[in-house]
Amino acid sequence: MLHLVNKSPFERTTLEACLRRAAPGSGILLYEDGVYAALAGTSFAPTIANATNAFDIFVLAPDLAARGYAPDAVIDGVRTIDYDGFVDLTIEKQSVQSWL
Amino acid sequence: MKFAIVVNEGPYNHQASDSAYQFVTHALAKGHEVLRVFFYYDGVLNANKLSAPQADDRNIVKRWSQLAQDNQIDLTVCVAAGLRRGIIDDVLAPGFRIAGIGQLIDSCIDAGRTVVFGD
Amino acid sequence: MSDATETADGLVTKRFLYVNRKAPHGTVYALEVLEMILVAAMYEQDVHVAFLDDGVFQLRKNQATEELEMKDFSKTYRALEDYGVEKIFLEKESMEERGLTPDDLVIPAATIDRKQMTELMDSMDVVLSA
Repeated sequence: MLHLVNKSPFERTTLEACLRRAAPGSGILLYEDGVYAALAGTSFAPTIANATNAFDIFVLAPDLAARGYAPDAVIDGVRTIDYDGFVDLTIEKQSVQSWL
Repeated sequence: MKFAIVVNEGPYNHQASDSAYQFVTHALAKGHEVLRVFFYYDGVLNANKLSAPQADDRNIVKRWSQLAQDNQIDLTVCVAAGLRRGIIDDVLAPGFRIAGIGQLIDSCIDAGRTVVFGD
Repeated sequence: MSDATETADGLVTKRFLYVNRKAPHGTVYALEVLEMILVAAMYEQDVHVAFLDDGVFQLRKNQATEELEMKDFSKTYRALEDYGVEKIFLEKESMEERGLTPDDLVIPAATIDRKQMTELMDSMDVVLSA
């Protein structure tokens, strides 16, 4: 399963809701405002760093770039992908759930 | 891979329609098939041909129409959600059509993956 | 992830999950998800409906919307069974967090815990959320 999270964890609880229910080994893609959860040095970073032990966590580079962040701004263990990678992930992970 | 795409939000207010468009164009470029883009909830507003954004911005409605024309993508607007929001044949942009929710279910059955873009 | 099954007459049956995570009335999602489920029920598909997080508020009894002139669709959940939609699941933790008990609800839905919700979601072919 690939879980999609598109909201900032500072404003909405969708990422926490996802982390509580995602099966171990699932993929989680942070995109749109969800990319703020992937940034190093925030109060949310430890949560994500810890979650990389249980899940494959990805962040969408074009959404990072649009918000003024380079790929090197993200937490170690979170993989940066582009839209081609997004498409590939949906295929690799077999089903897709959006947390809205 | 065959994809079914669902767009839950209208243009501009949320990024959902932009994200769906980027996903669809990249999937097509990689040789995948997009069986249908289904517009539900405020997503039906993506079909409003009266939308007139400023010249220096992307035209989300026109962009969907162009994509449908260039790639024979089926852009389906939910009839019930559309009626509620004034999206009827008179305001429908080229390439969009109005149909029932059953069209969404059909494409989810036929597609290998269903991806929902919303808020 | 379950594989979609093919019946003897060649029809494909997939496991569909309709996810309700939002409260009613403040936004239209709850109503339009319900409308989608009523249509989906007419298809020979394996329909599942989940209520979690604020979605559990959708099933609260005694919703009185007359003064607001808004539609009270909470009674429609009772009709789901008549439409053949029987796999309805509520998450126990979400109810407890919000002070809801089964007696507060319009339908006697099956309560599952968070771990079971994980398993349910992970076994689906198609997940439609709003």
